[in-house]
Amino acid sequence: MTNTGQVLQANWDWRAAGNFMFGGSGGSLLLIAGFSSLPDVPHPLVAAVAMALVGLGLFLVWAEIGRPWRFLHVFFHPRTSWMTRESGVAVAFFALAITGVVLSLPVVVAVAGVMGLLFVYCQARVLKASTGIPAWRQPAIVPLILATGLTEGAALLLLLLAAVQEAIPWLDYILLGLIVVRAVAAASYLHALARANAPEATISVLKRTAIPFLMVGSLIPLILIVLEVSMTTEADIAIIVAGILALVSGWYVKFTIVTRAAHVQGFSLGVPGPAS
Amino acid sequence: MTRYVMVADLNRCIGCQTCTVACRHTNATLPEIEWRRVLDMESGEFPDVERLFVPVGCQHCADPPCMHVCPSTATRQRDDGIISIDYDLCIGCSYCAVACPYQARYKTDRNRFAYDGKPMPSEEILMDEKRLGVAQKCTFCSDRIDAGLEANLTPGVDPDATPACVNSCIANALHFGDIEDRESNVSALVDNSPHFRMHEELGTDPGFYYLWRRKSVEE
Repeated sequence: MTNTGQVLQANWDWRAAGNFMFGGSGGSLLLIAGFSSLPDVPHPLVAAVAMALVGLGLFLVWAEIGRPWRFLHVFFHPRTSWMTRESGVAVAFFALAITGVVLSLPVVVAVAGVMGLLFVYCQARVLKASTGIPAWRQPAIVPLILATGLTEGAALLLLLLAAVQEAIPWLDYILLGLIVVRAVAAASYLHALARANAPEATISVLKRTAIPFLMVGSLIPLILIVLEVSMTTEADIAIIVAGILALVSGWYVKFTIVTRAAHVQGFSLGVPGPAS
Repeated sequence: MTRYVMVADLNRCIGCQTCTVACRHTNATLPEIEWRRVLDMESGEFPDVERLFVPVGCQHCADPPCMHVCPSTATRQRDDGIISIDYDLCIGCSYCAVACPYQARYKTDRNRFAYDGKPMPSEEILMDEKRLGVAQKCTFCSDRIDAGLEANLTPGVDPDATPACVNSCIANALHFGDIEDRESNVSALVDNSPHFRMHEELGTDPGFYYLWRRKSVEE
């Protein structure tokens, strides 16, 4: 039976999308930076950007809710609400990150990074629990959101280290691997949506998004990274372009999923069963 | 245990929207909000097609996704199965709205009125500022049910203990009652008629039964 009324949801707009974009990047950035800098603390700029991004995402959500001065109520339902869990993890993330950076405790910063990863996982589960939106409730969205967040984190770290004239030799390979994993997760997500009979409009929007995402956001960065690691001469510009493309394409996908591909379940007539 | 449910007889509903108006009048909802609305749907393939009017709204699910996702515990399930919203707790995050597969939840940030921008007398009396900026939806007229029960009335049988939409239905298409009571009006209807519940495959266990006997082209 065909569903009718599968309109685009109007409850969460670009501000909610901003939380998934910036929160995912910031949380993952501190995870990768925290562990890659051990036994030292990450560069202060990197930690600051990670916290600023997560904070910006949460600020955008706060700006969207109808009763912003009741924001503390968000912590009331940890038993089943992934939004409550996300908020709780965010508090732990900030507390540990600030403590670790201020007191120069590398392990504490790394644990904050783990909280950052948990934050991204909570975001993925927030979407998966949205039963009314077929594009979000699809289980394959969880690995996709995790993969996009981690890829953005690695790309951002690479860009920030380039800005402060530092480098981690193996980070290029990590980014390369993550871009591949993200592309596989995206393809798997699209395939699963099609199998689940998601709204045609959702599939159509995502298919249109897939081409620039896979070409500009995945293939070109992969080529640039391979060129960079295989060339004997310095090719910083290639890796910087690859990082920017990997970062922006991840944001583009999440923005699309949250705002433009989020068609509602719609209404359908069931098959009338016999009288009991 | 009691579980109040709604039964809509699709072979009787004529799509007059009286239930929508009655709901709006009783609950003073704003123009853009329809706790009870009636969809105009088509079924079948030519030439075996049928036009149906389908009342929808909150299905008061037994396993409500809106309640599970709510971060503030504002959305709750009463012992009688009715899903309620505590307007003082709700933060207006709309997570429940995206979790609901029945598009039953609304949020509006300011009062707007349909007639000259001014409230009608009923709106002046019933307007609830607490509903601004938070989630809102059909309550199954729980205040009428509670008041009726206190007066020893039976919801679904006595009009004073029955939701306004059911009372107003001119085609006797809407019914309300306790599905756990095997002797109730709704149990009798569900037991004796072909029926379905919308989006059952999502596991929400909705409390809204649609009676529907498909007509073939030969009839």
